Amino acid sequence: MSRVTELLINGVKHSVDVDAGASLLSVLRDDLDLTGSKYGCGEGQCGACTVLLAGAPRRSCITPVGDAARKPITTIEGLEKDGHLHPVQQAFLDEDVMQCGYCTSGMIMTTVGLLRVRPEPTDEEIAHYLEGHICRCGTYSRIIAAVRRAAKSMREARS
Amino acid sequence: MKSSRYLLNDHPLTPSLARRDVADSPLLVKEGRLEGGVVSAALEPERYELNARPAYHFGMPRRDFFKVLGGGIAVFCLLDRSIAGQEAGRSGHWSGTALPQDISAWLHVNENGEVTVFTGKVEVGQNIRTSLAQAVAEELRVTPGSIQMLMGDTDRVPFDMGTFGSRTTPTMNPQLRRAAAAAREVLIGLAAEAWKVDPAKLTAANGAVTDPESRRTSSYAELARGRELAKVIPAEDPLTPAAQWKVMGKPLGKLTGREIVTGRHRYPSDIKLPEMLYGKVLRPPAFGASLGSLDASKAQQMQGVTVVHDGNFVGVAAPDPRLAQEALAALNAEWMSPPTQASSDELFDYLKNHAGTADERSGHAVGSIEKGLSDANLRLRQTYTVAYIAHAPLEPRAAVAEWKDGKLTVWTGTQRPFGVRGELAEAFRLPEDHVRVIMPDMGSGYGGKHSGEAAVEAARLAQAARRPVKLVWTREEEFTWAYFRPAGVIEVSAGLSSDGAITAWEFHNYNSGAAAIGTLYNIPNQRIQFHPVDSPLRQGSYRSLAATANHFARESFMDELAHLAKMDPLEFRLKNLTDERFRAALQAAAEKFGWGRTKPHAGTVATKDRILRGFGIAGGFDKGGYVATCAEVAVDSTTRQVRVLRVVAAFDCGAVVNPDGLRNQIEGANVMGIGGALFEAIQFQNGRILNPHFAQYRVPRFSDAPAIEVVLIDRKDVPSSGAGETPIVGIAPAIGNAIFAATGKRLRALPMAPKGV
Repeated sequence: MSRVTELLINGVKHSVDVDAGASLLSVLRDDLDLTGSKYGCGEGQCGACTVLLAGAPRRSCITPVGDAARKPITTIEGLEKDGHLHPVQQAFLDEDVMQCGYCTSGMIMTTVGLLRVRPEPTDEEIAHYLEGHICRCGTYSRIIAAVRRAAKSMREARS
Repeated sequence: MKSSRYLLNDHPLTPSLARRDVADSPLLVKEGRLEGGVVSAALEPERYELNARPAYHFGMPRRDFFKVLGGGIAVFCLLDRSIAGQEAGRSGHWSGTALPQDISAWLHVNENGEVTVFTGKVEVGQNIRTSLAQAVAEELRVTPGSIQMLMGDTDRVPFDMGTFGSRTTPTMNPQLRRAAAAAREVLIGLAAEAWKVDPAKLTAANGAVTDPESRRTSSYAELARGRELAKVIPAEDPLTPAAQWKVMGKPLGKLTGREIVTGRHRYPSDIKLPEMLYGKVLRPPAFGASLGSLDASKAQQMQGVTVVHDGNFVGVAAPDPRLAQEALAALNAEWMSPPTQASSDELFDYLKNHAGTADERSGHAVGSIEKGLSDANLRLRQTYTVAYIAHAPLEPRAAVAEWKDGKLTVWTGTQRPFGVRGELAEAFRLPEDHVRVIMPDMGSGYGGKHSGEAAVEAARLAQAARRPVKLVWTREEEFTWAYFRPAGVIEVSAGLSSDGAITAWEFHNYNSGAAAIGTLYNIPNQRIQFHPVDSPLRQGSYRSLAATANHFARESFMDELAHLAKMDPLEFRLKNLTDERFRAALQAAAEKFGWGRTKPHAGTVATKDRILRGFGIAGGFDKGGYVATCAEVAVDSTTRQVRVLRVVAAFDCGAVVNPDGLRNQIEGANVMGIGGALFEAIQFQNGRILNPHFAQYRVPRFSDAPAIEVVLIDRKDVPSSGAGETPIVGIAPAIGNAIFAATGKRLRALPMAPKGV
């Protein structure tokens, strides 16, 4: 099988030497020590591993790293810029969403992807878009509030 | 002991592990008793919680303490007042050479004025790191964010049984406040001595002591510099009353929030060590299977792969997780499975037929059931069942183990770091001081991570490979080889007088447990009994233990009795209830919900789209907290699907420490409870789990989450209780009662509607 030798993650080129069939999640976590993306199920059922691939949310646990080569990858580690949190990260803090926080990075990545295509989603749209994510602690209503808050602050920043 | 098998069947590497589950649970038993009634934990030790204490606590040399931490001021919190008095002496300063036993926590103000708190409690998503920091900040007059909380590292914190039973807030919180108050007094005393003034005239605020008269100020750093002062304090030091709290009682966001939203926080499964290998364990095809033969030759030929075969344990370690997976797949094992094992289809018959002798201690009787029933005008008898369910913490079990100079260090996710240290010491025949367990804040537990399976397995692989090994369980392993919330059968019968008073109450719980088995309702004749069963599956603690099952049965049955008596369910409860706090919770929830102002009747409230709606109410008491829950459900009469539309939960856990953190716990407990109420169930057959994936085992998702309103009953006159568990107990019966109100159909099995009503 072919090898992948370079990945573009959070704007930085990383050298690797992995089988193209390896899961992107495993390469991020185990080879590159980018552990913000989490393993929750390995089957694309929980969303904890979500990253952005060319701007769109992808389940990295079921994405072969070969599919991610030559595409810009954004992980949770890449959202903060010069010490400033991304508005979605800030909104999760402001709504005090987290209990254990293990689902948080995946939720945030999907939200960033959502707000890119739907800058002003309704609560129903938010819930629908995030349906593939599990928060076992049950903080769903706070996550929806955080997404709403993030959408608002991004809208205000644009105007 | 009969109870031992409930928590842990033998792990292949820890053959005598089960022995540790001894019913030594003085705290839980002692404090379960309520004034004027019989209740819950008083009936039976919490058999599903591990409570074993170590045989000895050996002192740590005082010299070493300051050597490790640096100088400053240390306060040690003792459980036993008599020892504290002896050790502290007249001056209140302790100068012994070794630390006394039975220290529960300590606090250190170093020479830079930095405050570090050491506790064996752990952060599992209940946000106790934050609320304990609030407690210390309150008394020490510093900001919560400036306090470092060192938690769950067995080499650095005092022994602690574990984080369970909603014990942290009622026990650790006041202890740390006392330690902080004592440290504050020491600092004030030092300033008074230096300034030659009466300490009573000095004040502490913002990390400094001030003399308001002379306007002199000394920071804690200045006061602590060059000192090696240790103080041992008794348990009864005065605390700031709740009404005067400035830091506690106010919302405070998760202190580690920024680390989490940036992905920087390292959960147990994120730990990485230099030269670390990745482990995999070969699982048997069924519970109870033993290894017949193993051909590991292919795996052994793989570059860098270590294969371990030790009894029934077979595992591999490799420098790369993909290679570890390949090596695992290359193993060729033959297993011998036991003959037929019980399956979920016949589970409830099995539990009834395999009940052991009921333990007298776990029973309770007053009056005469026979008399109570013969006095009754109406009688009812029903059976309720609850399925095995999985905790399914989003972070599965994970551990990184490292051996160095004969000492073993393991980073792992567990609610019982000291318990896991004991498991490791036993498995590897090491003294406990040769084992260190470090518990980074983990991806939740809900009672499901009391045990150290992954820690033991990673340590065994690391021992053989002579390199650190990381082992992260797969989701399927977590669903299969962890333990489950016990299934159960509950039989209830009661009699009612013509005016709706309950005259007799008989309640039998088979297997699921005795937590909150007693009733708060006023009933003159009661017989309540827990019946242990040799469980077909490995079972253990789950958020609120059997309080969920017992409340489901009791509060569903109360609803059935109310309908039998032709009374409103709330009115019926209040008629049979004098407990003020429980009454207040029911009334608060009902008020917020609008109970009684709109009253749907069975099957009659149909909208145009044929959605049947109903309201339900339920409530109860457990672990110091009173809860009442109202739910509104919608049942689609075509698809038979149930949706919980709206929930109001009123909760009284005494003085509220962190209102927003508490709301979060209550909201989350209700969402989690919807899973067990409506659709979560482990299916098993012949020693196999049939649904060990999220695609097959449905947990609540966004579309399942109702609008939740929380009513906090902030009792500043009552000590704070824990809140991570009890808010879950009301939701299942409230939903069941609402489904009955909507459809006229009474559902007596949890989950109630896995495929619709």
